[in-house]
Amino acid sequence: METVRLRVNRAERSITLEPRRTLLDALRTDLGLTGAKKACDMGNCGACTVHLEGKAVYACLVLAIDCAGREVTTIEGLENDALQRAFVEADAFQCGFCTPGQIMSLKALFNETPSPNEAQIMRALSGNLCRCGAYRNIVRAARIAARSPSAA
Amino acid sequence: MKRDAELGAVGKPHPRLEGPDKVSGRARYACDLRLPRQLYARVLRCPLPHARLSRIDTSRAEGLRAVHAVLSSANAPEVPWYDTSRLFDRELRFVGEEVAAVAAESEEIAEDALRLIAVDYEPLPVEEKAGKPDVRQRGDIAAGFREAQVVIEETYTTQTALHNCLEPHGCTAVWEGDALTLYESTQGIFAVREEIAAKLGLSEERVRVVTEHMGGGFGSKQIAWKHSVIAALLARQSGRAVQLVLERDAENLAVGNRNATRQHLRLGAKRDGTLTAIEVSARVEQGAYLAGGEASDVTGTYLTLYRCPNVRAEQIQVSTHRGPAAAFRAPGYAEANFALESAMDELARKLGMDPIELRLRNYAEVDQDQRKPYTSVDSLRKCYQQIRGHFQKSAKKYGIGFAAHDWAAGAGHPPAEARVEMANGGARLVIGAQDIGTGTRTALAQIAAEELKLPLEKIIVSIGDTRDAPYGPTSAGSSTLASLAPAVRAAAQAAKAGREGLGKRAPNPKHKSVRTCGAQCAEVEVDSETGEVTVLRIVAAHDCGRIVNPLLVDSQISGGVTQALGFALTEERIVDAASGVVLNANLEEYKLPTAGDVPQITHASLSLPDDEANAAGIKGVGEPPLIPTAAAIANAVFDATGIRVRELPISREKLIR
Repeated sequence: METVRLRVNRAERSITLEPRRTLLDALRTDLGLTGAKKACDMGNCGACTVHLEGKAVYACLVLAIDCAGREVTTIEGLENDALQRAFVEADAFQCGFCTPGQIMSLKALFNETPSPNEAQIMRALSGNLCRCGAYRNIVRAARIAARSPSAA
Repeated sequence: MKRDAELGAVGKPHPRLEGPDKVSGRARYACDLRLPRQLYARVLRCPLPHARLSRIDTSRAEGLRAVHAVLSSANAPEVPWYDTSRLFDRELRFVGEEVAAVAAESEEIAEDALRLIAVDYEPLPVEEKAGKPDVRQRGDIAAGFREAQVVIEETYTTQTALHNCLEPHGCTAVWEGDALTLYESTQGIFAVREEIAAKLGLSEERVRVVTEHMGGGFGSKQIAWKHSVIAALLARQSGRAVQLVLERDAENLAVGNRNATRQHLRLGAKRDGTLTAIEVSARVEQGAYLAGGEASDVTGTYLTLYRCPNVRAEQIQVSTHRGPAAAFRAPGYAEANFALESAMDELARKLGMDPIELRLRNYAEVDQDQRKPYTSVDSLRKCYQQIRGHFQKSAKKYGIGFAAHDWAAGAGHPPAEARVEMANGGARLVIGAQDIGTGTRTALAQIAAEELKLPLEKIIVSIGDTRDAPYGPTSAGSSTLASLAPAVRAAAQAAKAGREGLGKRAPNPKHKSVRTCGAQCAEVEVDSETGEVTVLRIVAAHDCGRIVNPLLVDSQISGGVTQALGFALTEERIVDAASGVVLNANLEEYKLPTAGDVPQITHASLSLPDDEANAAGIKGVGEPPLIPTAAAIANAVFDATGIRVRELPISREKLIR
């Protein structure tokens, strides 16, 4: 077992874990942050997307010990974000299981490009699956957020 | 109900009540439970398509520190399962069947423990067995073909598709004394309660099932599967809460799939397009067991979609050494629709007739199977009109295709109950069903708000918990809203009148038949060098009765069409015939549609309140939008290329052969 200090959602967290534990399992199991979802556990679906130093990553493909001292942001770290409001307004989900990952993928784009164009939005979403088929409204939500004055 | 223009909450595009929870990560799914001292379970699965387990030794797994319970045929109770099998049977009939299970302090350790279980398998022969044909017929099929001036005879096949709900099947089981609570990802909390209680020999009152939020159903979560009983037994053995969530490959092996079909079809018609005979023989692959989800009714739509005096439809179930099939969004109808509506397109072309004209020529005004008139006689005609208005043949070089559909189950039915409690100037609505992502919570709150003349925010909805809830139906058949909305109205009326706020769903009309139906057009572009099909646009018109929330209906329509796009073009389970191993039981090689694949989807919305159907005028729309899409695309591909693809999916190689 190893003890790792992580910075998660702007707070210092210290956890003791096996070196093989993924960031996703550390977040969900050790820290109780269950917003990021485990749907494939092999980097195919994007439901576990979080930010590592501001960049979107699949948390199931990152080892927790490799995140020592680095800044991790999960869906729980967003507060009344323009994207979150736009997702509700546009009905950009049905079951909602992929939603945290979709939002975090878009949020990473919005952090760099506050008013992204259509091609940038589609590229940001290309690694996130939605089995309910809410894509059309997910894209619509991204467009709404891109127009929102508080998007940045 | 009143005229729609006078309604308040009903008909408004209100965002989902649970929206803020779903965008913040607060929404709690079965796999998100984190209880004190909770254990995590994993299941060992059979690597062979048919084998006898000759020896199993779990002692090394049991000896691992942090392993708290191990189950296998050596120590598990003899719980009957499927038709003739058991929870842990010594005869194993598909790759992925449950052999043993372990509960440990982490998922990683549970996986370590599985590797320490020694099993010897004796391979058994792999064979297919065809059951007896189930035949439904009317009229004189031979006479119908003698009368025919034109005949279409072709064979169509549909593939095995995998549900791939993003939230895998899973649950968290907790005992308090001899009472069990299951936090389960299910489409039917009451159905699971009943089945689990029976399997464990408990009274139903001792089992509570909770589904607060649910990460995708599509049919495969409408029954209780083995994992729930395994979790409950491991929890009892260890004295701790146990969470058992299936991995993606297990999800794709053991808990259902859309069964493959092979449909041999003959249509007979007169030169003016009048159908004289419809004959189909359908072979349906059910897998190793009848899992108990509804058996796919492939013959249903052949008996009802068109007016035809002479019909013979037979269905043969074929058992194989593959994972068991389960209902998958419009089971039977989606598969049959591809064949029937492709054949109708072939017939229209042979006759030189407009595809919509051909369908109008054979319009069914009565349910010919049940011999009753429909409540909404003209609604399919209206869907055709909507489509025609949107779609005009263009001079550009691409294809357009058309398909109609019907669906038998969208009417809803009793039993379905609701309770309304008035309090603090608002109301609490208690529903014993679950919201699987269709918006049940929000739509039922709108019904209650309408009846009680309260603003929507004054309605608190309690849904997804069998404890202290009136009976709610399984979310299946596109029937949840049509079943429950009348019960909610009745409960609200009672509460408003100062009586106890209990409401029950009345039966459907006796002398009429309630159907949902619709039509779609697809516009495609085909690259003749690569075989790539780009769907440019789908126009969808569906009769779902009164629209309670247009935002939710739009989401169902575009979601169903998007899912159908995968069924039409990319999705197919691939099995290695020699080993029985599924080669693409993952989300990398099993190709789901992604954001970039979605065409323009136009919902040619129709509000057709069906007040003869039930006291809310509502019919379901969950499954219908998936049904006609594949045929519409196949017909458009033919229009573009002159190539008739009769095998789903319409993969690239089929267009560049």
